[in-house]
Amino acid sequence: MTSDVAAKLEAPVAARRSWWRDDATESLRRNLALVGVLLALFAIGAITKPDLYGDPDWVVNNMFTILKLASVIGVVTVGMTFVIIGGGIDLSVGAIIALAGVWATTVESQSYGPGGMIFAALAVGVGVGLVNGVLISYGRLVPFIATLAMLVAARGLASEISGQQTQISRSRFINDIASTNPLGIPLLVYLFAAVAAAGWVLLNRTTFGRRTVAVGGNPEAARLAGINVKRHTLLLYVLSGLCCGIGAIMLTSQATSAQAAMANLYELDAIAAAIIGGTLLAGGRGTIVGSLLGVLIFSTITNLFAINNLSTEAQNMLKGGIIVAAVLIQQFQFKSVSQFLARNRLTRT
Amino acid sequence: MTVLRLTDVVKTFPGVRALDGVSLEVEAGEVHCLLGQNGAGKSTLIKVLAGVHRPDSGSIEWQGTAATFATPQAAMKAGIATIYQELDLVDDLSVAENVFLGHEPRRLGFVARGAMVRRTRQILGGLGHAEIPPRREVRHLPNAGKQIVSMARALSREARLIVMDEPSAVLAHDEVGNLFRIIRELTAQGIAVIYISHRLEEIREIGDRVTVLKDGRTTAANLPARDTPTRELVSRMTGRTIEYVFPAHTATTPGDELLRVTGLTRSGEFSDVSLTVHSGEIVGIAGLVGSGRSELLETIYGARQADSGTVHVDGRPLRPGSVTASVRTGIGMAPEERKAQALLLGEPVYRNITLAAFARYARAGFTNTGREKAVAARVAERLDLRPRDVRRPVRTLSGGNQQKVVVGRWLVEDVRLLLLDEPTRGVDVGARAELYRIIRGLAADGVGVLLVSSEVPEVLGLADRVLVMREGRVIHSGPADQLDEDRVLDMVMAGSLLEEVEL
Repeated sequence: MTSDVAAKLEAPVAARRSWWRDDATESLRRNLALVGVLLALFAIGAITKPDLYGDPDWVVNNMFTILKLASVIGVVTVGMTFVIIGGGIDLSVGAIIALAGVWATTVESQSYGPGGMIFAALAVGVGVGLVNGVLISYGRLVPFIATLAMLVAARGLASEISGQQTQISRSRFINDIASTNPLGIPLLVYLFAAVAAAGWVLLNRTTFGRRTVAVGGNPEAARLAGINVKRHTLLLYVLSGLCCGIGAIMLTSQATSAQAAMANLYELDAIAAAIIGGTLLAGGRGTIVGSLLGVLIFSTITNLFAINNLSTEAQNMLKGGIIVAAVLIQQFQFKSVSQFLARNRLTRT
Repeated sequence: MTVLRLTDVVKTFPGVRALDGVSLEVEAGEVHCLLGQNGAGKSTLIKVLAGVHRPDSGSIEWQGTAATFATPQAAMKAGIATIYQELDLVDDLSVAENVFLGHEPRRLGFVARGAMVRRTRQILGGLGHAEIPPRREVRHLPNAGKQIVSMARALSREARLIVMDEPSAVLAHDEVGNLFRIIRELTAQGIAVIYISHRLEEIREIGDRVTVLKDGRTTAANLPARDTPTRELVSRMTGRTIEYVFPAHTATTPGDELLRVTGLTRSGEFSDVSLTVHSGEIVGIAGLVGSGRSELLETIYGARQADSGTVHVDGRPLRPGSVTASVRTGIGMAPEERKAQALLLGEPVYRNITLAAFARYARAGFTNTGREKAVAARVAERLDLRPRDVRRPVRTLSGGNQQKVVVGRWLVEDVRLLLLDEPTRGVDVGARAELYRIIRGLAADGVGVLLVSSEVPEVLGLADRVLVMREGRVIHSGPADQLDEDRVLDMVMAGSLLEEVEL
């Protein structure tokens, strides 16, 4: 019956949809709306703190502060976006960062110098992602459960390795990543931009990206078209793990240390950013640009609350509200009120 | 006493007139059989009775008064229960919870579990199945048991009419006898039964009267079930008003052997199927839903793993259970459910057309969308896809054009063997003719085609050779021009002409 309803709905709509309502521009429209939200947040800042926003140097510096704040979550969100478009979810990203960070800063790892530390962080990220992927594709565990188990286990292991101590990074090279500003722009922001650009190319210009959309959009159709769905699903979690490894290096550098409690609740921020950016939680649709805008909106809010000396509690409540609003908008898909009413009428009868 | 009278009921869906003036009269205490081919309107009719669909026009008279059932709940409340083929039970609930789902006995606002279990036991006992434990989860029951639970649910609602949609399809042979015993007990209490089945021998055994549907119309009403000749029943179901337009059959000699299937078996689905397809040849498989045809096609394709038997292409064994290997060998399949199994609805047409081929156009992992669009545009041209713009999302296309996209996916590369499962389901007449032309054209180019369809005229009109499947076995194989619709239908349904046919 649902297909009848869908057919009734779509047939006339397709005919009179203008370019503005065209499906091809839907993600563009959504991203423009997100840019609008960012501008609105900027305006709120300018109104509440006119003295600060009147100083151009401060504004530029503050922008970099926001971008630095966004950089680690941003890198993680790129991986998360792939996983969600591919029809899965990765709840273990924060725990992977903690494990990778702790592993990279053990006395043993540090003895190999910065190269050894970076290798350790990336290898741990990829390795944990591989375990997630194998459990989900070949062990047929539900992604939610598999990565939830990993969330608990990886943090446990990180805590075990570090002996619940904060491990100081003694590598100048690693610690400098967060404090160097080539051409006046923080290196972390370059890293963030590089990962985001790579993610965009991977999603939009490669067979990997095309498979991701196919596997998430309709796994059965992908399988019957000859795509190896299981192998691809596995690779998605490996990619997410790799992003976490990169994030772990960045975060360790910022703190000049690592500990088992680091990157706490990053999974929530990354998922929320992807969803706000228009990634469909059911899979098959999403954009890197949208996810990045989602990340930027969140860090701008955090920044806004900080400069106004407001509590994190209020901030979290606002973030929760934004997530709900974003998903509601997603459901209505910018369609007109009359269509929305028509749909409700049809489902009731 | 007439409990139900339908007069000239019409129900249209976009592009299809599913019911085009159906009349039906059911008396209390009778078993009224509905007969008709796939697409004749039986499913729509029972959904109208069950309150799922509302008719556009025509009247329904229920127990002497005019009635419309706005919701399934309303129909159930009025005393009409429907037992669907797929048995819509909740697997995770217990037998008793399923029986009283939606009308649980209550005490002080809480479900009176004890009373519910007691009543369920009573009803099951009345059906002669006291051995089914009311507290057992439904998932642990065999199909026959689930059917009993569905019937108990109907009785718990005090149904006066029970509609059974192919109840015997899920049952083993000896279980059908038990079903008939229950049906007889129900009718003895004055309950009316609408019985849908494709098996003539069952209709003769259990039925009182028969109404025949064809293309959404009643073509014969209230025939005596026991002694109407098979010939008459079959001819009422065929002799259609929808014209099938087939391109002229050009006499071509088939090329080399392309596909050889030997003794292919998947337990519970089909057994010991052997067949060959030559290049340039169209082989049609006729059979009912549930005869194992779709499963057979998917197994040949590698989407399912066979229990035993082999598949050879060009004399070389095909890697079993690997769609990727099949696609690489030049085999393509257009599955039965285009929305669930074939299309990425939100993605543009060209990406759907190149879904099986985009990796071959890619260089070093980078997709070549320019080439993909060009290739897709050529396919769209060849299939006369409307609208022609390949950047539109598939979702915005009509059913027929979506189906063309599904078939078009395999015109992109050098496909040599095409497996088509119900290629014209839900497709309107015009698009049908085009699809037929395309399939013929492919065969003329040397592609081997294995075609499954529930519509007998389609199989006969398109195929060079026809296999008839019944209950997982190939019961007949021979040239299409030596068969006619009546004969195939008879084999598919009753098998009574089987003796005359040499295998």
